[in-house]
Amino acid sequence: MKCDELCTVASATAIGGGYSMLLLDAPAISKEVAPGQFVHVRVPALAESDLRRPFSVFDARGGRIEILFKSVGRGSELLAKVRPGDRMRVAGPLGRGFPDPAPGADALLVAGGYGVAPLHFLSARLKEKGFAGRIVLFAGGRTAADLLQLDRFAALGVECRTATDDGSAGAKGLVTVPLDAALEECRRSGRPFELFACGPGGMLKAVADRAMALGAPGWISMDRHMACGVGACFACTVKTRDPKGGVANARCCVNGPVFKAAELVWD
Amino acid sequence: MVDMSVDLGGLAMRTPVATASGTFGYGREYEGLVDYSALGAVTAKGVRMSPWPGNPAPRHVEVPGGMINAIGLQGPGAEHFVKWTLPRVRALGVPVIANVWGGSAEEYAQAAAILDAAEGVAAIEMNVSCPNVKEGGHTFGSSPQTLAATVRAVRPAVRKPLIVKLAPNVPDFAPYLKALEDEGADAVSMINTMPAMAIDIEKRRPVLGNRTGGLSGRCIHPVAVKAVYDAHRASRLPILAMGGVYGPEDAIELMLAGATAVAVGTATFTDPRTAERVAAGIAAYCGRHGFAAAREITGALQEQDPC
Repeated sequence: MKCDELCTVASATAIGGGYSMLLLDAPAISKEVAPGQFVHVRVPALAESDLRRPFSVFDARGGRIEILFKSVGRGSELLAKVRPGDRMRVAGPLGRGFPDPAPGADALLVAGGYGVAPLHFLSARLKEKGFAGRIVLFAGGRTAADLLQLDRFAALGVECRTATDDGSAGAKGLVTVPLDAALEECRRSGRPFELFACGPGGMLKAVADRAMALGAPGWISMDRHMACGVGACFACTVKTRDPKGGVANARCCVNGPVFKAAELVWD
Repeated sequence: MVDMSVDLGGLAMRTPVATASGTFGYGREYEGLVDYSALGAVTAKGVRMSPWPGNPAPRHVEVPGGMINAIGLQGPGAEHFVKWTLPRVRALGVPVIANVWGGSAEEYAQAAAILDAAEGVAAIEMNVSCPNVKEGGHTFGSSPQTLAATVRAVRPAVRKPLIVKLAPNVPDFAPYLKALEDEGADAVSMINTMPAMAIDIEKRRPVLGNRTGGLSGRCIHPVAVKAVYDAHRASRLPILAMGGVYGPEDAIELMLAGATAVAVGTATFTDPRTAERVAAGIAAYCGRHGFAAAREITGALQEQDPC
């Protein structure tokens, strides 16, 4: 069951490139949250009439949750300024997260920038559960500074393949460059795999298209501005196929944020 | 012990604080985040006869002091609501105000009849003031004549208390309230959102998919106070007031202006427990000011003659 927890900041760390890591004491949420779910944060310095901000969970253990985010607007810029000991209301866990990949399948994780957050949590939980398949992270960004927390993935035993627009790390180009090479390997070997993705819209569509074309399960974490975060306001809609063949407006916050690739309708 | 109960045109509320339509889903969405026993009523999201897809995204934008929305009344239709949603909302033990809209006066009446007959609906609120749908919505509340005709069609279909929700952007509420009284409405709710717009100056495009929307939140509160004040002086209809209620002070202001009860809307997004805080704060205010019952606050504004 979701709750609205008064959380204390345990640590707040700027990690360069405008990105921050936040560690929050959140005993209730930490116990319940699953990979791909999100929390809705009341940023302390925002006005009372400002909305909460949704963030994917990067990790949850020992009564704490970790959030990785980039300062992209007023809310995230103020959140980057919180200090240890500051307190804030955090509602969660919210939304539908990633399912576990089928036994015997490889988990191919595709991230752009801070899209690594829910995929790290997924990797950590899969490793804890003794998931036997391979887990490979494909991380993309504009520059090397946008490839985030790869050491944390490596520490879990997750193989990381990278790409940057400027070629400052990994392959030069989009994350689909190393991804497509790996998909070709999978096609040759016949190994089953599932795709898990979080990042910018264009990247998500590219991953969803590949999942559909290859007939593999694809799990796409969508990002929307939200108002309520709990399914009450219908503001954060994502276009999906309805059972009758038409297009429906699903709510990212409760029907997602993770959608099946086959469900999504792209503009 | 302060008596917090109020009677809103036949709707018995254990506290004078409800949730506003469109901000609280169909009632259950806030389970785990809200103590429902503190609420006088929950108002469900608007439904019409048939399912409705709502507006293209983006559907909302944050602005200083509030937000603009153009959701466009997405919903599953009255029958789906009654069959699938309502039974689970009833389990929460709080009166449900069903909100209804339509594309014609007849459709309003049909949907209202379905909702009125449903077990677990305590009252009907007619939305004749949504700024975000072309057909229906505000069209039916845009003049006293069309408002009267719409309420005239709906009233015979509804045995339960009938509340009509008005827009804030009219020059004078009196003829609208007169129409509601003449056609037998039990209460009025006000205010709906203010028509509003935001523009992305870099893209030189409207921010919202619907281009325009409705403004809600802290910034519209003084507009609501004035609207309620005017309505209370113009009419004896009980008033369910909404518009920027973020704390008990805001609710008490609306009640002093003449509201029988208040509804919390956009504030719930930021603090889901706003309605509970408001109810507790009203009780404390009554204690401090010697009111034995919350209903005594209604219209208790002390005015000096202007010189």
